Amino acid sequence: MNYLISIVLSGISVGGQYALIAIGYTMVYGILRLINFAHGDVFMVAGLMCIYISASMPMYITIPLVLILTVALGFFIERAAYKPLRAAPRMSVMISAIGVSYLLQNLATYVTGGQPMTYPFEKLSFLTRTVNIAGTPTKTVVIITPVLVILLVVLLTLLINHTKIGMAMRAVSKDFETSRLMGIKINSVISVTFVIGSLLAAVGSVLYFSTYTAVTPTIGALPGLKAFVAAVFGGIGSIPGAVIGAFIIGICETVIKALPSAWDVSVFSDAFTFALLIIILIFKPTGLFGEKTAEKV
Amino acid sequence: MTTLEPKSKRKTYGAIIGILIVFGLIVLLENLHKIIPGVPDILYPTSVLFTVLKKAAVYSLVAVSMNLLNGFTGLFSLGQAGFMLLGAYTYAILMVPGDSREQVYYLYGGSAIKQSIQDLLNSVFGKDGGGGAVSLILSVIIAILIAGCIAAVFAWLIGFPVLRLKSDYLAIATLGFAEILGAVFKWQKLGKITNGANMIKNFPNFSAFNIKNSQTGETMVYLSTLVPFIVATVCIIFIVLLVNSTYGRAFKAIRDDEIAAEAMGINLSKHKRLSFVVSSFFAGISGALFAMYVSNAQAKVFTTTLTYEILLIVVIGGIGSISGSIIATFLYVSCSEWWLRFLDEETFIGTTKVPLLKNGFRMVVFSVVIMIVVLFFRKGIMGTKEIGDLHPIKALKAKKAKKSAIKAKDGAK
Amino acid sequence: MKKFSALVLAVLMCVSCLAGCGSSNKTEDGNSEKVIRIGVFEPSTGDSASGGKKETLGVQYANSKTPTVTINGEEYKVELEIVDNGSSTDKAPTAASQLVSKGVAMVLGSYGSGVSMAAGPIFDEAGLCALGITCTNPNVTAGNDYYNRICFLDDFQADVLASFAMEKLSAKVAYCLGENGNEYDQGLISYFTKVFEAAGGKVITDSFPTNNSDFSSYLNKAKNEKADVIFTPVSIAYATQIVTQADSLGIEAAILGSDTLDDNKVLAAAKGTSLKLYVSTFYQEGGSEEFDKGIKEYINSNADAKTANGGDDVISAVTAMGYDAYYVALEAIKAANSADKGAIKKALGTVKYTGVSGDISFDEQGDAIRDTAYIKTINTADGVWQLETVQTGSSK
Repeated sequence: MNYLISIVLSGISVGGQYALIAIGYTMVYGILRLINFAHGDVFMVAGLMCIYISASMPMYITIPLVLILTVALGFFIERAAYKPLRAAPRMSVMISAIGVSYLLQNLATYVTGGQPMTYPFEKLSFLTRTVNIAGTPTKTVVIITPVLVILLVVLLTLLINHTKIGMAMRAVSKDFETSRLMGIKINSVISVTFVIGSLLAAVGSVLYFSTYTAVTPTIGALPGLKAFVAAVFGGIGSIPGAVIGAFIIGICETVIKALPSAWDVSVFSDAFTFALLIIILIFKPTGLFGEKTAEKV
Repeated sequence: MTTLEPKSKRKTYGAIIGILIVFGLIVLLENLHKIIPGVPDILYPTSVLFTVLKKAAVYSLVAVSMNLLNGFTGLFSLGQAGFMLLGAYTYAILMVPGDSREQVYYLYGGSAIKQSIQDLLNSVFGKDGGGGAVSLILSVIIAILIAGCIAAVFAWLIGFPVLRLKSDYLAIATLGFAEILGAVFKWQKLGKITNGANMIKNFPNFSAFNIKNSQTGETMVYLSTLVPFIVATVCIIFIVLLVNSTYGRAFKAIRDDEIAAEAMGINLSKHKRLSFVVSSFFAGISGALFAMYVSNAQAKVFTTTLTYEILLIVVIGGIGSISGSIIATFLYVSCSEWWLRFLDEETFIGTTKVPLLKNGFRMVVFSVVIMIVVLFFRKGIMGTKEIGDLHPIKALKAKKAKKSAIKAKDGAK
Repeated sequence: MKKFSALVLAVLMCVSCLAGCGSSNKTEDGNSEKVIRIGVFEPSTGDSASGGKKETLGVQYANSKTPTVTINGEEYKVELEIVDNGSSTDKAPTAASQLVSKGVAMVLGSYGSGVSMAAGPIFDEAGLCALGITCTNPNVTAGNDYYNRICFLDDFQADVLASFAMEKLSAKVAYCLGENGNEYDQGLISYFTKVFEAAGGKVITDSFPTNNSDFSSYLNKAKNEKADVIFTPVSIAYATQIVTQADSLGIEAAILGSDTLDDNKVLAAAKGTSLKLYVSTFYQEGGSEEFDKGIKEYINSNADAKTANGGDDVISAVTAMGYDAYYVALEAIKAANSADKGAIKKALGTVKYTGVSGDISFDEQGDAIRDTAYIKTINTADGVWQLETVQTGSSK
């Protein structure tokens, strides 16, 4: 019983962290139709910044600072690497995203000197305290994550459905050109999207690295891709869809890892995620909650 | 292609002569130290020059194969590493000599396949001298072809579902397949065939083609750099012919406008699959060459990063230019593996340390350069032009003609 | 404009090429001083950068202590040529040939067996010999005469750890966890399984995919299977993850690691926890007072060295091994009494040397003859390594 609970708990925790990254993906994709390959690396950079800043500052300064800097980074990446290519074919933008990802990883290798860095998790005691749930020891972050995710989803849904900028976002994601003609400032809408996405990635990085404490230059790539799968699974552009997709993937992954060792299938936990993606793309390309859109010619 | 016009015939002869000259130069370069003693260290066959040349030859083939798909057919696939993995493993599994299989597969108590192709052919042609050479060359050719075929068959299979997807979904699905392949080949349960996590080694690599004196074991003629060049050239010529054929024109039509192409009577799914399968075939072959270059096959090398690297090469060279891809490969490989290495070393000018230079700086500079290319020189080195189009006099004439055309147009207004 | 920009690009690349050539053709340091170069083939980027840098540190320290060697009555200055193999087999061949181009007389390294195997043929063709420092895979030296090494092998290390688990920890059930597709992890695990099962134990094996971060499922499984020991011979980044997550899950089983876990990052992660962590290694601090003192001074006096060592002055076994490897190389040069690579290659196999990590000599395969390994444990309260026992293998 304890075993089952602990598996479910870690599944929820993993899923919650994917969810925070997936929201950023799904929003950017919804508006720009761009797989932002660099998103996972922004997440990694947020982790590294926290390590370096916390070395000389207390935590209550570090975390806001990390959030601000990550947002600035996301904003800057969009302005420098994606905006000049707005008129270019989609492939060029994607290549640019891959280039940014490559650059961030190499930069991280240069700064860290290739050493795995340890996240200052012991300074985040409110996240890493051990609590017991039904007799199973776990960290507080495991409970905080899903709560925070749901809270953020509610807030974002409110933002998108009931504010002016939210309306602009919806308009832009429906039709880029027409909304531009209607007088919507496309660039500021896109910037806001990136700001929100990066902010969530930064929050996600705090939660993620306080559980999984080693930060390496390539650590962002895999959660990034999985979050993208989650976004596709849930239906690209749909925030609740991305969150549900992320939780499903997180739980499936932990369950696969927990299958009997004699089968030796736990190595396929990542492969499973990609297989799921391919199946979804083939049978239901719009995902669970995605809107059906006619393919633009 | 059946009737060559005299002009293009001349061009073809020119190309053939050019290629032969390059081959000759490579052989000469690698053997120069035998003819003239005391040449600089860089001209010895184990120097970094030749290693870089070999690597670039291998990568140029995979870059061109990716360009066929991404640049000429407009299918954005990120599965290149997966197909290379298939090729590398096929070649390695087929070519490890029977008597060293016990050693290579030591964790699994030997391999499921007992003999290499070379062993089989050795029993026909003999092991030493001319017979040995024949069986080596034949077996390597057969193994390379099988490597390509396995990759092509796999591409054909996944082509059914995957090629229905559009641009970025296609990219992520092919990337996913490559990841799944990697996980399967690393799996311990398949150890008898794939050697699990361990690398497969001891198969013939490029150096096996050096002609050795059978008595002293001394190398007489170095051919190790020529081999990847020959294979890559033959494959690239095939790709060039394909691109210039009716199929190639159909590919380009699909790239430029799918719907218009379909309206013109081009069978979309057939052509897309053809391009995908051919591209994967050559990716498989380059995987086999890659295994020969690193003298081993191990699944953990064939990562997404490898695919990204190849994609960036294609972008630098110009999406849709074969000669661009080739030039970019040689530049990319020599820059990243050789010329820019000094950026990784702490350097002192006099007593002051040059700032920033330390490990990893090379890759930072390199990725900044790539970003500059991606953002500001979007056409890459060659755009969609080929090296033959860059004839200086012709280019000048074309410019003049263009100018006068504009003038005429302005005049008409 | 387009053409112009392409031209600019081409010119830029050519300039960078010339700059590169300029620096790679280093001039000889005058005529008065004779120089012999030793190549250091180690990763400083990629997965095994951390270990590679520490190993290089040992070599550099030894070089700073003994920068010369006498050949034929003449004093030669020893210069290190350090090159980064990027922990990746596709980067290894060019890195290796870079060393060859620089005219090194022999090569030390690498941390990580895969890159060593990929570079081996290049050293062979150049007639160089290589001295592996901590590459423990049997296939590094098997079937060739150019690779020797000073460390023990995977089978020996796994044997030692299995015996230790059975004898000292009286373990009956072992849970093994390694990275999928990593030859080091999987090699150790399969030897460990052989020995442990032969002695009547039960082994459960799992592998995790590359870049995995969440180990709680695996650790829970170990807990559920009532494993007495968890054997995880993984690389450093994974090891720190496993240690912190095991702590938060309240794992009581002892965690058993191989030489890769002997790292200050792991030490830092285990500090303040209630885990029982044992690792087998080549050297334990306190083995040689003189070396300990010297290397600590070296690390503390040099900011770069300190960063390379992970920010503190805890001595890793690989550093001690790097130090020994340098002296073995010097012994080989002295024994050859020549700066010629062929002569050094011939002489290397015959070298006998007593280093800080113990006696070093080679068998006909080129492997070090070693029959003991240090097992150390972490004093989690103070965050320091303690020698647990000196363990020999079960059969040998």
